[in-house]
Amino acid sequence: MGKVLMKGNEAIGEAAIRAGCLNYFAYPITPQSEVAEYLASRMTEAGGVFLQGESEVAVSYMIFGAAACGERVFTPSSSPGISLMCEGISYITAAQCPAVFVNIMRGGPGLGGILPSQADYMQATKGGGHGDYKLLVMAPASVQEAVEMVMRAFPLAEKYRNPVMILGDGLIGQMMEPVEFLDHLKVEPTNKDDWATNGLDTRKSNTRNLVKTLYLNPEELNAHNLKLKAKYEKMEREEILYENFNLEGDYKALIVSYGTMSRVCRTAINNLKAKGLEVGMVRPQHLFPFPHKAILEAAEKQSCQAVLSVEMCMGQMVEDVERSVCGKRPVHWFGKCGGEVPSPEEVMEETQKLVN
Amino acid sequence: MGKTFQKPEALSDTITHYCPGCTHGVAHRLIAEVIDELGIRGRTVGVGPVGCAVLMYNYFTFDFQEAAHGRAPAMATGIKRVRPDLMVFTYQGDGDLASIGLSEIMHAANRGEKFTTIFINNAVYGMTGGQMAPTTMPDQRTTTSPFGRKVAEVGMPIKVAELLAALETPGYIVRQALVAPKYINRAKKAIKKAFTYQQENRCFSMVELISTCPTNWGMTPLDALKWAEEKMLPYYKLGEFKTPEAAEIEDPDS
Amino acid sequence: MTYQHSINKDRCKGCGLCVAVCPKNVLEISTEVNFNGYFPAYQERPEDCIHCAICCTMCPDVAITISEIAEEAAAQK
Repeated sequence: MGKVLMKGNEAIGEAAIRAGCLNYFAYPITPQSEVAEYLASRMTEAGGVFLQGESEVAVSYMIFGAAACGERVFTPSSSPGISLMCEGISYITAAQCPAVFVNIMRGGPGLGGILPSQADYMQATKGGGHGDYKLLVMAPASVQEAVEMVMRAFPLAEKYRNPVMILGDGLIGQMMEPVEFLDHLKVEPTNKDDWATNGLDTRKSNTRNLVKTLYLNPEELNAHNLKLKAKYEKMEREEILYENFNLEGDYKALIVSYGTMSRVCRTAINNLKAKGLEVGMVRPQHLFPFPHKAILEAAEKQSCQAVLSVEMCMGQMVEDVERSVCGKRPVHWFGKCGGEVPSPEEVMEETQKLVN
Repeated sequence: MGKTFQKPEALSDTITHYCPGCTHGVAHRLIAEVIDELGIRGRTVGVGPVGCAVLMYNYFTFDFQEAAHGRAPAMATGIKRVRPDLMVFTYQGDGDLASIGLSEIMHAANRGEKFTTIFINNAVYGMTGGQMAPTTMPDQRTTTSPFGRKVAEVGMPIKVAELLAALETPGYIVRQALVAPKYINRAKKAIKKAFTYQQENRCFSMVELISTCPTNWGMTPLDALKWAEEKMLPYYKLGEFKTPEAAEIEDPDS
Repeated sequence: MTYQHSINKDRCKGCGLCVAVCPKNVLEISTEVNFNGYFPAYQERPEDCIHCAICCTMCPDVAITISEIAEEAAAQK
């Protein structure tokens, strides 16, 4: 198995197949349409199901129907499309069905722009749909990481019987990078006979399965929500994932950044290091559960004077960073929107303002 | 002379929550009888709507999924595409199918998804308390058309069977009624024909069933049957609008 | 072949549709309320019943069944 140069969107599509997901319902939207274009032939070649639905709304329910039958299924989309899927995502989470969603974020709100953004952080981590639910949210910073996250997403979705959201952005979707598909990341699907509507005969059972989300009895609905909450608490114990960068020395500022933005910050940190200013970074790789403890620990270093959340949006993750830091250090935000990617020089300038 | 009559196996023992005289119960029973007769209970998955029939899964003894409002055809598409061996049907009312879900049903029918839709047309939104539906008759009073449906403002009722029959993709599109025993017998035949086409993996099928809503029409169950027969049947014509034999496209690759 | 017509009075919601469609005018609505608060249908003139099952066809609640009478069926073997 060697490395291949692939466009992010296509690599994400290929990764789903390598993960053993052979069912894909699609809707084109810039900047992720290449997933559909790639899988239109590749999925058929792999013996899987490819269907372009009539809207993201419809696609989210095709996903629900297929997932409720116990089949692995996924769909990427982009910000406005994910908004349309949010109702479906609320239902799928309530019904405890595994599924994988990918958001190749673009500028918003509304029709916005087609260039990269990180403006759906809240939508993904706090819920764009209604009700108490959480998604396990992964944030790749490279095409390789995206591919690995897609492959890990399916077994995680099945472990928790919960949808997983991979938060990419237009840069990750569009750029080409060398990619290696790691076969060892493929995990066989779990047996879903105890809940999936795969037909009485399939299970050789006379006990039918029901996938529903309606609980008119308030005690039952409360109990159901407590059950879901327990899953999210388990995620918080077992699925924290982040990467530290340059935390060994006496850094004066701490940057928190994810995805493509973290790569720009990395360059900024290296440039500042060369100029004699040490800056550290915590890069969350899972946004839910959020690495609160790691960020607090890093922020509390004696030398650290301030924390800067750098995002391609008007400040969404910064609120979670504030929660992590608990007032122990001042927390600031820097970002740009609409497809403008902050440059390393701009990040450096903002960071320098915070320290003396 | 005489015959036996038993509750079908595909129907559970649970007493329904439907109003006295509501024809949902009749539709449910016909579907269950057909499933029993075709011997497909072990591989059937039903997809229920949002509406009075949101609890329909309590009344059947096979796998069921509860869809969001209007989305049952999309869910059924998902099921049928990943498990083409399963027999899949959706069961939807006026709001679910003809209002919020109009896109989903049109596209599923146009793609020729091989599931069956049972469409309960009772000219009103039942569960939410009797509001106007796309299928509400002209001048019919509902809670959101208290002066009667004003055609000049909101248009004529939608004839879903005719709409779907106009699509070029082959399908079995039929309208029957549940408003008297003779119609019920014909309705059962239509439902059986639809499920048989699905067994043959032939085409999309939809059976529209003119039904009653005594409670929200403000009538006794018997008066509701009569109102439906007198007022709805002249507009919503009964019969087969499309059969796959008539419109089958020859597949050059087969 | 002998048939037994039976109405499960607790399933019946007293909608009266069976009473209306019966071709032999066999059925009436009872004055005794059932478990759920409905006044169920019953056979007022059972001797006129021809077991055509039209009431069964109309009943939305599967409250009516018609069975073959076991003793008669066994005796015929």
